[in-house]
Amino acid sequence: MSTDVNVKLDTLPGLDSDALPLEVKDLHVEFRTRNGIARAVNGVSFSLRAGETRAILGESGCGKSVTAQAIMGILDSPPGFVTGGEIRYRGVDLLKLREEQRRKVRANRIAMIFQDALSALNPVFTVGFQLGELFRKHRGMSRADSKARAVELLDLVKIPAAKQRVNEYPHQFSGGMRQRVMIAMALALDPEVLIADEPTTALDVTVQAQIMALLAELQRERNMGLLLITHDMGVVADVADEISVMYAGRVIEEAPVRDIYESPSHPYTKGLLESIPRLDLKGQELSAIKGLPPLLTDIPKGCAFNPRCRYVQDACRQDPVPPLHQMSPTRSSACHFWKEVKADV
Amino acid sequence: MSDIVLEARDLVKHFPLTQGILFKRQIGAVRAVDGINLQLHRGETLGIVGESGCGKSTLARMLVGLETPTSGDLFVQGRNMAKVSGTERRRGRRNIQLVMQDPYTSLNPRMTVGDIIGEPFEVHPEVLEKPKRRARVQELLDLVGLNPDHINRYPHQFSGGQRQRIGIARALALNPEIILCDEPVSALDVSIQAQVMNLLEKLQDELGLSYIFIAHDLSVVRHIADRVAVMYLGRVVETGTEDQIYENPTHPYTQALLSAVPVPDPKLRGLRDQIVLTGDVPSPANPPSGCRFRTRCWKAQEICAQRAPELAARQGSAHPSACHFAEVRDVVHAQR
Repeated sequence: MSTDVNVKLDTLPGLDSDALPLEVKDLHVEFRTRNGIARAVNGVSFSLRAGETRAILGESGCGKSVTAQAIMGILDSPPGFVTGGEIRYRGVDLLKLREEQRRKVRANRIAMIFQDALSALNPVFTVGFQLGELFRKHRGMSRADSKARAVELLDLVKIPAAKQRVNEYPHQFSGGMRQRVMIAMALALDPEVLIADEPTTALDVTVQAQIMALLAELQRERNMGLLLITHDMGVVADVADEISVMYAGRVIEEAPVRDIYESPSHPYTKGLLESIPRLDLKGQELSAIKGLPPLLTDIPKGCAFNPRCRYVQDACRQDPVPPLHQMSPTRSSACHFWKEVKADV
Repeated sequence: MSDIVLEARDLVKHFPLTQGILFKRQIGAVRAVDGINLQLHRGETLGIVGESGCGKSTLARMLVGLETPTSGDLFVQGRNMAKVSGTERRRGRRNIQLVMQDPYTSLNPRMTVGDIIGEPFEVHPEVLEKPKRRARVQELLDLVGLNPDHINRYPHQFSGGQRQRIGIARALALNPEIILCDEPVSALDVSIQAQVMNLLEKLQDELGLSYIFIAHDLSVVRHIADRVAVMYLGRVVETGTEDQIYENPTHPYTQALLSAVPVPDPKLRGLRDQIVLTGDVPSPANPPSGCRFRTRCWKAQEICAQRAPELAARQGSAHPSACHFAEVRDVVHAQR
């Protein structure tokens, strides 16, 4: 059955099975609103290898979710428009595909789970019907076969009594169980890349631990690339291999997970790390980042972080925007003064 | 006057479950809060932690008088709030104010910031005569780090963090001694969260406030609280100083909760003692017999189903813990 799909996917122009499963180059997204143009993503680049976990870390409004939506091709358009760049799946530029070709990539090769599972699931269909829909639409299976596969999937994500629960509606599931259903749905067609947009933000910590453990296990089994979109520095420290930190629509620092926590090299990353209280340390001083993130309709000239930065100098207030300086083969920082920031403990 | 500003004795709140439209019969009750004792001392911060559905918000609503307890007593500065006269109850309530979770829905969008912060004076006009109120509102704005000239702006002109400051200013308007914060920072981004927490600590030092700080984020509570109470299904399962709870937790639920919090340090990955609980929290309409945590507990034995463990210091736990088999287990620090 899966060979059938691969045949169809082989017809994608420029497919190269040796290329990376996901590569984003210089992506630009803007929202054309009544209040002006909001530049949500301004030249984001990163790549994802098979089996790797990359975290996109940032606060609300930094463009991390918009990046994910652009990759999936589910951007609300209008008002959202991809205005430049490339999104490559195994060498194929997804932005150049026709919609029906793109739909084959979506769910089949790149799948996504969302933060709020209750609003992502359809309340008037049973969970089994919604899971089975994937097999009926993408694999042309019969109702009975697709139902059987739905039960297998619920088993896979460790939902107890899967045979009975497959006939229940989303509201009959608890928050953690609903998120498991979402994961089952995303993994149904065996994708190579999974995008998880704040998968545990709405959940309690004990449930969060269960879900993250499940995701890690499934990723290992399938050698899947995981793009984890989150604001939680604790979760990132636990699961990620590589991190891209975003601010005002740009990646401002990129590094392997250990390096970034040990020696942050952008003032924003440093500020974030110093402003989170830690469970295992007591009585620490929290040094907050002053001020607020900029409006995306009015991003400051030069480095977008300059009004809040404690290392700011004249050069930071002038265009051009600081580029990503390659600090080492694996690390880069978009700060003119990364050396000072890194050395400053 | 004693050092205890707020005390709850055996506080209970049951919400009735009814059936039928015309002739409603009670078929059961959601036991949201089921016998809670706590004391708040002058100038301290008491943290209350627990997961969704554990009853922490119902408890908060009872403490500020938004919900009448089914049974039990609440003492504000030594006065039993159920027994005092109406005027005195109003005065008692004036002393305990609430900061709410969501800075977007807890401020009326049609009112200016000045009206919002000044509204408590309409309810308690004896606190401050009318002509002085505007100046007091500006003073409050300055106190919470907002520009006093913005008194005529509307909530939508402020960011989330600034709105939470407006909520804090409103809570401070009547010079209360106790502030109850129900998840005050959980809707905010991390960089803003730190600003608001620093503000709360600064205000406590300057005004000598006592806080009850309700949150689900255990790292935040550790940072701000002097004492901590851990709740599960309507009951307190463990209580103690911040050090006792975080360094020497003795109740299995506290241990599981603490071990589930990710620590932002990749070097500790896999080195911490992680307890992954199975299953979900049981329904508070039909809680398990005996110890309410027994259905998810790895230590559960027969006695746990038969006898509910008391919240008391016992062998294996120097501070009060509601577990028959309480013993210290360090789950917060990396194991060598």
